[in-house]
Amino acid sequence: MGILSVLIFFPVLCGVALLVWPGERHAQIRGFATVASAVEFIVSLWLWFGFVPGGGFQFVESLDWISRYGIGYRVGVDGISLLLVLLTTLLTVIAVVSSYSAIQTGRKGYYASLLFLETGVIGAFLATDVFLFYVFWEVMLIPMYFLIGVWGGQRRIYATVKFVLYTMAGSLLMLVAILWTYQYSGGFSGHGTFNLLDWYGLGIPASAQRWLFAAFALAFAIKVPMFPFHTWLPDAHVEAPAAGSVMLAGVLLKLGAYGFLRFAIPLFPQGFEYFADTLWILSVIGIVYGAIMTLIQEDIKSLIAYSSVSHLGFVMLGIMALNLVGATGSLLQQINHGISTGALFLLVGMIYERRHTRKIADYGGIFAVVPVFSIAFLIVALSSIGLPGTNGFVGEFLILLGAFNARPIFATISTVGVILAAGYMLWLVRRVFFGPVVHAVNETIRDLTRRELATLIPLLALIFWIGIYPRPFLDRIGPDLESWLKRVRTVEMIKAPAWDRPTPFVPPEAVLSRAAGKTPGDGGTP
Amino acid sequence: MLPVPLSYYLVLAGILFTLGVFGVIIARNVIVTLMSVELMLNAANLLLVVFARVHGDLGGQVMVFFVLTVAAAEAAVGLSILVAIFRRKGSIDVDRLNILKG
Amino acid sequence: MNTLLWTLPLWPLVGFLLNGFFGRRWGKRTAGLVACASVFLSFAVSLFAFAAVRSADTGRLTVTLFDWIVTGNFHASVSFLLDPLSAVMILVVTGVSFLIHVYSLGYMGHDPDQPRYFSFLNLFVFFMLMLVLADNFLVMYIGWEGVGLCSYLLIGFWFRRLSAVRAGMKAFVVNRIGDFGFSLAIFLIFWHFNTVNFLEVFERAPSVAAAYSGTLTAIGLLLLLGATGKSAQIPLYVWLPDAMEGPTPVSALIHAATMVTAGVYMIARCSTLFALAPVTLLVVAIIGAATALFAASMALVQNDIKKVLAYSTISQLGYMFLALGVGAFAAGIFHLMTHAFFKALLFLGAGSVIHALSNEQDLRKMGGLKKSMPVTYWTFLIAALAIAGVPPLAGFVSKDEILWRSFSSPLGHWTFWLVGTITAALTAFYMFRLVFLAFHGESRVAHDVHPHESPASMAQPLIALAVLSVIGGWIGWPRTLGGGAWFEHFLRPVFEHADQTLALSAGEHSAGLEYGLMAVSIIVGLLGILLAYQWYIKSPERPERWKARFAGLYNLVLNKYWVDELYDTVIVRPIVGLGRVVYRGFDLAVIDGAANGIAGLMQSLAAGGVKTSTGRFRFGAATFAVGCAVALGWVLVTVMGAAR
Repeated sequence: MGILSVLIFFPVLCGVALLVWPGERHAQIRGFATVASAVEFIVSLWLWFGFVPGGGFQFVESLDWISRYGIGYRVGVDGISLLLVLLTTLLTVIAVVSSYSAIQTGRKGYYASLLFLETGVIGAFLATDVFLFYVFWEVMLIPMYFLIGVWGGQRRIYATVKFVLYTMAGSLLMLVAILWTYQYSGGFSGHGTFNLLDWYGLGIPASAQRWLFAAFALAFAIKVPMFPFHTWLPDAHVEAPAAGSVMLAGVLLKLGAYGFLRFAIPLFPQGFEYFADTLWILSVIGIVYGAIMTLIQEDIKSLIAYSSVSHLGFVMLGIMALNLVGATGSLLQQINHGISTGALFLLVGMIYERRHTRKIADYGGIFAVVPVFSIAFLIVALSSIGLPGTNGFVGEFLILLGAFNARPIFATISTVGVILAAGYMLWLVRRVFFGPVVHAVNETIRDLTRRELATLIPLLALIFWIGIYPRPFLDRIGPDLESWLKRVRTVEMIKAPAWDRPTPFVPPEAVLSRAAGKTPGDGGTP
Repeated sequence: MLPVPLSYYLVLAGILFTLGVFGVIIARNVIVTLMSVELMLNAANLLLVVFARVHGDLGGQVMVFFVLTVAAAEAAVGLSILVAIFRRKGSIDVDRLNILKG
Repeated sequence: MNTLLWTLPLWPLVGFLLNGFFGRRWGKRTAGLVACASVFLSFAVSLFAFAAVRSADTGRLTVTLFDWIVTGNFHASVSFLLDPLSAVMILVVTGVSFLIHVYSLGYMGHDPDQPRYFSFLNLFVFFMLMLVLADNFLVMYIGWEGVGLCSYLLIGFWFRRLSAVRAGMKAFVVNRIGDFGFSLAIFLIFWHFNTVNFLEVFERAPSVAAAYSGTLTAIGLLLLLGATGKSAQIPLYVWLPDAMEGPTPVSALIHAATMVTAGVYMIARCSTLFALAPVTLLVVAIIGAATALFAASMALVQNDIKKVLAYSTISQLGYMFLALGVGAFAAGIFHLMTHAFFKALLFLGAGSVIHALSNEQDLRKMGGLKKSMPVTYWTFLIAALAIAGVPPLAGFVSKDEILWRSFSSPLGHWTFWLVGTITAALTAFYMFRLVFLAFHGESRVAHDVHPHESPASMAQPLIALAVLSVIGGWIGWPRTLGGGAWFEHFLRPVFEHADQTLALSAGEHSAGLEYGLMAVSIIVGLLGILLAYQWYIKSPERPERWKARFAGLYNLVLNKYWVDELYDTVIVRPIVGLGRVVYRGFDLAVIDGAANGIAGLMQSLAAGGVKTSTGRFRFGAATFAVGCAVALGWVLVTVMGAAR
């Protein structure tokens, strides 16, 4: 029983224990959940310190599960999943603590759902067996279904059904593709396998890769969500309880991008090549489209949800660039988005608890009333728009730098999204916090309690840590992304149209000497 | 060999079973419905016994005992449900029990 | 010195953190003192740094603090470069900032939010120092966006006033448009130079220019876009006049003396790149000249004392751009410095007036303040003379240098000189219109307001800046007038590359021509002052007559050429409108419609199917029996068919 199995199954055991817990006292229930999630987080820190950058999959565990069909319990962590796992464990603690006063009914089930969700998400991040991954991927839906459907807002049933159906529609096609690939790997003849590492070397014919990639990509694109599969997101966020939104935006969406990184692109590189243009265009549209949509939202949560569409567009852009700078930025930005947007939803949840409204128009001028809350919100908002010194800048900058190398025009259009981001975020801040206090009710809102501040401080600290000294993070994810790039760049990827030519770095000296005809330079490799 | 030809048994079982089916469809009284079900089960039992004899395999006869046991249990559960329904609705007319209507 | 250098931006950061966390507990007084002390420490370190640069062998010092972003071949560290250019800048920034901090003690004395004010002001100084000390584009970008943030926070300092918050937001977003250009330029630079470090980039620039034609032009134009945002040039100048919503010392520090000069500094810093792409320099010069004239024309008719100064700032920044554009980088930086002195003084003087009149900013409600506010009046007058280009004040020296170079430089042209001279005349006119309206003539002050001289903490910075406005120009006294042009000499190492590339050589024109042009610019300035005297002292009814005669033109200028409205209708509204249309017409109708449509289809199918379940037991049993019979029959038929 290795540490990864502990990480995966500890929350679910705690969740079950919580469900059968004899007492009904709130303090006991929430205390139990807090301790469970905190222990989980502390255990996960072991990964951070014990992880060897560039060591490939580590802490590997491999057990036969349904050996007849080549299904194994295979888990491992590498630079791609490490930070995402840590983010999950951290956000779960925060989600639990932030729910103390927000959740008044069915507490046992609520906290158990959060813990089950943690198991599902961590399992999906750690699985290196495609079947196992699929199991966790689907398992994850169930607690989220309850979180939104039971503890959500007015239209929670609509939102939760929409969320589940959207996700299921995509993942069923993925299941078909998984089964096809299994068949291809040897199938029921006895030596078929679901081992991801074996699948990487399958050498699937290009024609099949196309539809396989499309099936995987659809599942992940819905989860990300990429334009035009994003409409479940605003509904789900608006209706979900604050902690649910934190987990949804902070972790669940990352699984989409993670799926592209771990499965869709390295398994089917030629399929990816075929659809690369489409994905580029969808990402760029997502960035600009999401940003414009935010400008007219009247509900704070749905505004942040649309901003997520824009931010996740950046994440996809970085992956698509297929260079180290972009991929690193993309992975870092996934963490950043989890931190910043997670914190934003947290903050919205706090103010919602006080005023029971999320309409922007119901606020105004509350900076004077709740200065600590306002400053925290402002910091997070600034990190979300990528101000240098905060985490958002490092990620966004690396993504755009990488994307610019791959597709200058697309990257330029995406950079417009950065301008729009400043517009919608500051406009939100202005309408909520500044100006005179319009509604008299708002004059008596109380400022953050210590508990609320405690949930925010780790996130704020991370915002500045990653913004000012991101090396510990970059160093851990960099080497594994390098080997990832080697895997996915096996084919000639760069087939950009003439109007949007990539700019690989060629030392000017090489260009000059080539022009002078001295040496047939080979500086074309970036 | 059987003293009576096999086809006689088959026809008899078929008639019994069909009577049971029609009983279930036609009867409005739940008790009659339950009895009709019993009839169908016994039609099946008859065939089990007959074929056990034909094949010289006692498994069929053993199976009949299982069926009888299950039938007894079913009758007990069915009748208790019936009593519950009667207490609640004051009637055991199946045509009034249509809360499953979509 | 290297070990001390990194503390230079640290002090204001410490001040910011202390005031940010403890300011409310400390109260106003301590907060103000902490802020002043931290900036003063920075100023002291700057003096040492300046001396160190002068004595350094290479003429520059670099300090690397730590690696910031490192991935693959991308490497950016937080490191500082101290060369003559940044040495001048840190002195100006910390010096002027210190004076303004002291001034703020008095000006903001009654404001309960003083700790917040001072912490933001300190943060601003920190970011500004990061900007000018950066030794690579990325660290510069930190400062670049950071000062934008502080500008946003300080313009909207009085956050209960919606107009102030709106102005802050406008400033930030417009600056972001400029930053868009800056960041694209960084991308281009990295992918062509494989580094973002200034010295390495400049070193490789000639070979890159040779290998990739057009790239440097693109980089230059994108950098210029960034500079127009920060330095309020056409087309992105619109935020600066609105920025006057902030407290007046903020306007003095950020929107006149320091932050807005960031664009000028950046172009001067990248002079090597610009020199390799002369087209970009031409564009810089044209934008500068156009902005100088355009903004000066708008300053003519403003009635808000701070708005006049705001447009004047834009106009003066245009001068600096003009200087950069004609390759006179040192002259541009020189004007940056002198302008920092007299413009800060003008704003602080205006602040003193506003303070005395209980927040009255309308020139039409002032007048005759000369008697009640002598210190303010005399210092203000010195600054006005300086900006009008009256010798031997600082403004004269630097402005004249720019005008001369715009004429004589190989990149110059007589039209640049002409525009510059006309602007000089307009400048002299509107500045003295301001002086005469505010300080001379009959008092038009409201009866319940009693103007009084400002407290010492406000008056002393005024005096200090007045002294600087007089003597500040002497370090660059031109050779033709017997000076040593020491300032240009000091900065020469920085601009050496650019000068060589542009093959600039002075002295092709006769000294007589220089004297002539100098005389013209002085006379034009004096004429401007005279005209203002004629109009606003001798016959105050004359402006009204002209107003009536050229009503259309007057309204056009008074309404700032309707550029704000134009941007609003052409850019802002369409985007929001598009959002609204697309949200309802596409996001909800098409995408969500498709998803819900499928769900609806399924539902209606189910609604048909559900009718078959009547809930009648006997019906169910019958269908079941029939179904079994059919299935059995089908099996029998097929089995028998197969058997046969």
